[in-house]
Amino acid sequence: MSTALQDPQTIETPNYLNAEYGWKSWLFTTDHKRIAVLYLISISVMFALGGVFAMLIRLELLTPPGDLFTSDTYNKIFTMHGIVMIFFFLIPSIPATFGNFLVPMMIGAKDLAFPRINLLSWYIYIAGALFALAAIVMGGVDTGWTFYTPFSTTYSNTFVITAAVGVFVAGFSSILTGLNFIVTIHKMRAPGMTWGRLPLFVWANYATALIQVLGTPVVAITLALVGLERAFHIGIFDPAIGGDPILFQHMFWFYSHPAVYIMILPGMGVISELVTCFSRKGIFGYSFIAGSSLGIAIIGFLVWGHHMFVTGMSMYAGLYFSLLTMFVAVPSAIKVFNWTATMFRGSISYDTPMLYAFGFIGLFTIGGLTGLFLGTLGMDVHLTDTYFVVAHFHYVMVGGMVVAYLGAMHFWWPKITGRMYPEGWGKFSALLVFVGFNLTFFPQFILGYLGQPRRYHAYAPEFQVLNVMSSAGASVLGLGFLIPLIYFLWSLKYGKKAGNNPWGAKGLEWTTQSPPTTFNFDETPIVTEEAYAYAKHEETHVG
Amino acid sequence: MQLPLWPEAASAVATDVDHLYIYLSVVSIVMSVLIFGTIFVFAIKYRRRSPDEIPQPIHGSLRLEITWSVIPFLIMLTFFWWGAKIYFLNAVPPPNAMDVYVVAKQWMWKLQYPGGQREINELHVPVGQPVRLTLASEDVIHSFFIPALRIKHDVVPGHYDTMWFTANKPGHYHLFCAEYCGTEHSGMIGWVDIMTPADYANWLAGGASGGTMSQQGERVFEQLGCATCHLLDRQGTSPSLRGLYGSRVQLTGGQTVLADDAYIRESILNPNAKIVAGYRANSMPSYQGQISEEGILQLIVYIKSLATPNAPGAPTAALTPGAALIPGVALHPAVAQTVSALRRVNQRDGGTQ
Repeated sequence: MSTALQDPQTIETPNYLNAEYGWKSWLFTTDHKRIAVLYLISISVMFALGGVFAMLIRLELLTPPGDLFTSDTYNKIFTMHGIVMIFFFLIPSIPATFGNFLVPMMIGAKDLAFPRINLLSWYIYIAGALFALAAIVMGGVDTGWTFYTPFSTTYSNTFVITAAVGVFVAGFSSILTGLNFIVTIHKMRAPGMTWGRLPLFVWANYATALIQVLGTPVVAITLALVGLERAFHIGIFDPAIGGDPILFQHMFWFYSHPAVYIMILPGMGVISELVTCFSRKGIFGYSFIAGSSLGIAIIGFLVWGHHMFVTGMSMYAGLYFSLLTMFVAVPSAIKVFNWTATMFRGSISYDTPMLYAFGFIGLFTIGGLTGLFLGTLGMDVHLTDTYFVVAHFHYVMVGGMVVAYLGAMHFWWPKITGRMYPEGWGKFSALLVFVGFNLTFFPQFILGYLGQPRRYHAYAPEFQVLNVMSSAGASVLGLGFLIPLIYFLWSLKYGKKAGNNPWGAKGLEWTTQSPPTTFNFDETPIVTEEAYAYAKHEETHVG
Repeated sequence: MQLPLWPEAASAVATDVDHLYIYLSVVSIVMSVLIFGTIFVFAIKYRRRSPDEIPQPIHGSLRLEITWSVIPFLIMLTFFWWGAKIYFLNAVPPPNAMDVYVVAKQWMWKLQYPGGQREINELHVPVGQPVRLTLASEDVIHSFFIPALRIKHDVVPGHYDTMWFTANKPGHYHLFCAEYCGTEHSGMIGWVDIMTPADYANWLAGGASGGTMSQQGERVFEQLGCATCHLLDRQGTSPSLRGLYGSRVQLTGGQTVLADDAYIRESILNPNAKIVAGYRANSMPSYQGQISEEGILQLIVYIKSLATPNAPGAPTAALTPGAALIPGVALHPAVAQTVSALRRVNQRDGGTQ
């Protein structure tokens, strides 16, 4: 430290981190970057908690009989894993941290449009998380993250209302963040930052924000009705008192399918940034990637019934939902092909963030293709509610979203903290994540086709080998998540100074210092070129 | 150490689903290999060779965008078509299907046969015979899943659902509950015994006690005093049930409704929901809470037997044009036509339906 201080490079310049000190300067901040850091810490805690639940699940499933926990405990563990990971990690993850930090900087603004609402949304998130934690501490919830009725409203003896209130409250945080992004992107772009020049990460967050604002109220209403029926026996979903349990599923999936896109779209935005930077090349098919984000947001609202093919829904409704599910796959495919085409004749480097981008494209492709299996009517009848579904959505959510999140961490960490992490460890842990992930979840596709149902505390003995592979993979994956935690914390003090633009990346966020000052830019930037203008001179066109 | 990689297939439908699965897998593997291979080649071929090289951007190509949108979409349409075909064929049991009634409750499967046999967590069926399961739940949603037959259907409280199959390979196969239903969800499992017709006949002969399901239903009918108002052979204070099942019932207000399983169940539990023309509301009390789901199914089988007095308990068929395809369920004419057409196509193609 003392020798480092003499290096003139390490003398601290004023930035958003050292602008003020003390806990009040954090808890009452309206700086979007500090709020992003608050979110980063909060969701990391929730990710760790959800990860502990995941480890307990994999530990129990090492052996066929349910011998480690009681059935009730196991049911609570997988429920809390789902609730914590989905509502308190995946949904806020990229928008609330990187979106918060980067959207204003990428469009050349000083802050989001409503800085106080931004802080409020963090407090609301914390309030929601506290309800969820309270539900865990008081004794847990055992409904599954899907809260299916009438089990959740009438039969479960656990803290359903507390957990539902947690999700309900956290939803408002999501709505407010979305609202803030929409207004910011519409009204606060720097001069010259036209819609056609927006970085694709901003487009992705814009599409996400639309879903957050339009979809989240529906799940809030649905969970409120669950609470009402549970507390006051108003017959809405329980047929014993005049309700319809299938109604719940329509309402729940009307939000929760688009919520999948809330989770994955920002990750796709990250990949567009990574692929261009580490290929040092403009994006191939800018308008198709931007447009496909909006396409996903819109069509994503029309496919919820594919979760319900075996509920006794009308056959014609099944046809409609299956067909539209095929439609929604097209924009995702467009993105994958355009990222690939961007690498064509690029200058590709293998820095850690790019390794995560490679991982994302591969794993997301598998996640997407196996989603088509489930959207195919006759196939879904066999596969739904088996481990095939578990494998599919973990390929999208972990292989896609969490890998994109880690890619974003490694890409923008120098901007957020001003420090570099050790590159060798970065590459090593990226490899661990990739190998561990595939070992964990690929066997689950086979388990699913064999017929092992999900949410089973005990399972048939012939499924053991594949389950042991999965548990072994989970420990490798866990290590792959733990190592970055250690070296990121280490780098805060010992990491070498990053400089303003360690990757030679384009984008306004790289034109300011690292870490940025409170107001991001000394002067409002004026944008004169399109996004990812790595080569300014002559351009070639194909086709 | 067992390491199964492919599930047993015990029906023609299971084999059809396997073929679809193989098709989906092959297409997915080919697409993945194309994408991963391209990325791998690009990553090697276009690796950064000097720190200051700046490649020329390529803005895009409408022709390419259209190509890689349309071709995958057309491939996906083949997924859709094949999957929809299997789904439609499986939605509709053939008229000669044998009935088994399933009641799910936390955490067991209770099965009843028209002959009066009853069992728990075990389903015995003969090979070669279409079997139609009528599914009811006493509490939460369950899901009846037989992996070896590649079929599954949710069992939703307040609804009757049906599923059907024709097994073609005798054996002892898993039965799972696939919809999470509380504490002992993973214990709500059992076996499906698919038997040769001779074994099945032996099994049937050993099982029944207490009469056929229709006779059991008749006893419930007497115990609950239904006969006080529902006189069988002359006009009472309530509609006669003779010949009711499968007929169209005229309601007050002018609509008609098909007297199927769901209608009869609703009329027992919530008699005021649909009032038969010429009768008053509130003349019958609700039997909610006084009769189990199994009892209701027995009553339904009994009432069904009143429609075909010569063969009580036998599978009923062809009561109405729609019921020819799904006994007891009214089909929209368009659905009936689609299903018949699909059946014809499938038979012509050498299918097994």
